[in-house]
Amino acid sequence: MPDLIELRSVSFSYESGRVLSDVSLSIKPKDYVVLLGANGSGKTTLLKVAIGLLRPTSGTALLFGRQASDPRARELVGYVPQRAVISSRLPATVLEVVLAGRAARRKFGGFSRAERELAMRALERVGMAEFANRRIGELSGGQQQRVLIARALASDPQLLILDEPTAGVDRDSQIRFAQVLRGLNRDGVAIVIVAHDLGAVGRDVRRVLALHQGHIDEISLEEAKERVGMFVEDHPGHEVAG
Amino acid sequence: MTFIRYFWPALIAAAVVGAAAPAIGTFLVQRRLSLIGDGVGHIALAGVAIGLWLKISPLAAALGFSVLGAVGIDRLRRRAPDESDMALALFFYGSIAVAVVVASRTGNFNVNLFGFLFGQVLTTTRAELLTIGILGAFVIAVVSLLYRGLLASAIDEEAATVSGVPVTILNIVLMVLGAVTVGVGMQVVGVLLVAALLVLPVGIARNLVRSFRGTMLVASGVGAASALIGLFVSNAANTAPSGTIVLVVSSLFVISDGVRRARVISAQRELEEPQHA
Repeated sequence: MPDLIELRSVSFSYESGRVLSDVSLSIKPKDYVVLLGANGSGKTTLLKVAIGLLRPTSGTALLFGRQASDPRARELVGYVPQRAVISSRLPATVLEVVLAGRAARRKFGGFSRAERELAMRALERVGMAEFANRRIGELSGGQQQRVLIARALASDPQLLILDEPTAGVDRDSQIRFAQVLRGLNRDGVAIVIVAHDLGAVGRDVRRVLALHQGHIDEISLEEAKERVGMFVEDHPGHEVAG
Repeated sequence: MTFIRYFWPALIAAAVVGAAAPAIGTFLVQRRLSLIGDGVGHIALAGVAIGLWLKISPLAAALGFSVLGAVGIDRLRRRAPDESDMALALFFYGSIAVAVVVASRTGNFNVNLFGFLFGQVLTTTRAELLTIGILGAFVIAVVSLLYRGLLASAIDEEAATVSGVPVTILNIVLMVLGAVTVGVGMQVVGVLLVAALLVLPVGIARNLVRSFRGTMLVASGVGAASALIGLFVSNAANTAPSGTIVLVVSSLFVISDGVRRARVISAQRELEEPQHA
């Protein structure tokens, strides 16, 4: 099986300057990776290049062995974008948001009963099934984040990518969120989280990549803890550095 | 009954436009493109003036200009988002200037253009009704057919792109459908007011129902009902049909917003009550 993500000597520049310089990395099946970096270090840009939303200025970005910009390559990717809280005026139920994750599976028509059942199972998996008929904007930030994970899961992904998933989310929700990801990874889903700290997933991750001034390094978990700190799940609310 | 006997083509045309416009408007509002109908209306007017000048169907010319204009607007928005405001202003006001100049030069300014500005639903012929019916059915059929992708793009364009939804193509389809709706709607309420039928019924439905699908269906029902009520009221009060239709839908919007606010206050009180108990 090819690497899920493979970047070969990728560079990327905006008009304002270079953000990524000669970055190479690979993500394997069942990996659990955190990509760390300070605000503005280019984490989200790297992620968007990896999933084909941005074309690299130079180098090659492959997704499941295909060019990352190939829509077929993205069918096996579940993506949870970085976002502010969803507006309470968005006229969509939780179930509709999750069903949207299956939109690309068929070109025409509405959603079938089987797809609704799949979406409900994804909601059950993140503990949000009872909210299926609520308007998405009525939920808290942590609950919305779990719904967005369910949307990514509804397409049966082999690779789940989350961009700053716990930004602005309370600690209890972060811990609940970490438990959901742990279960998914045990079931064989590779996980890549982009963050500026380890958060509640610190005890689960197996690889840590650090992005600094456009370059990427793989660092040990211990080194990552020293740099950015983590929450300890057994003692919610207690933050440990190093 | 006399009104229905003589003006049934107008009633059917108004109901079709009233139902089709919010169906496409639901997606436009969610994409923050509420005023696109207004802009495309300006472009459609240039099409009408040129159609009258060339002695071809003004509706066909308006449709052609609207579709080209809508696709152009979409490209402008994407290529230069920081500068799109100025480019769009040039597009819209340039179009209306073309309409005014061409119409004044060909002597159509007062006689024909006025009808397209403010609608001429009461004079709808059977042939025009057939065109409106076909285009209205086309809009609703395409929305039903592409519902999955349109829903995903409306909720989150970026996530939809990653999951393999052809968002760029769907955006163009959405703009074309919006343009067709404007072209059809200008017969009923005129190019200056057609955007109201695209947007306001959606605002009403959004105040009353939770789901996206429900919002689209209720908005279409409200749009059709408003158009019919507006026509009957305009007949009874001897007022302009287009303005009356839009005043009806505007009034319903204010009422629905009151209902929404009352619900929010009621929900807040329910939350506070246990604390006082």
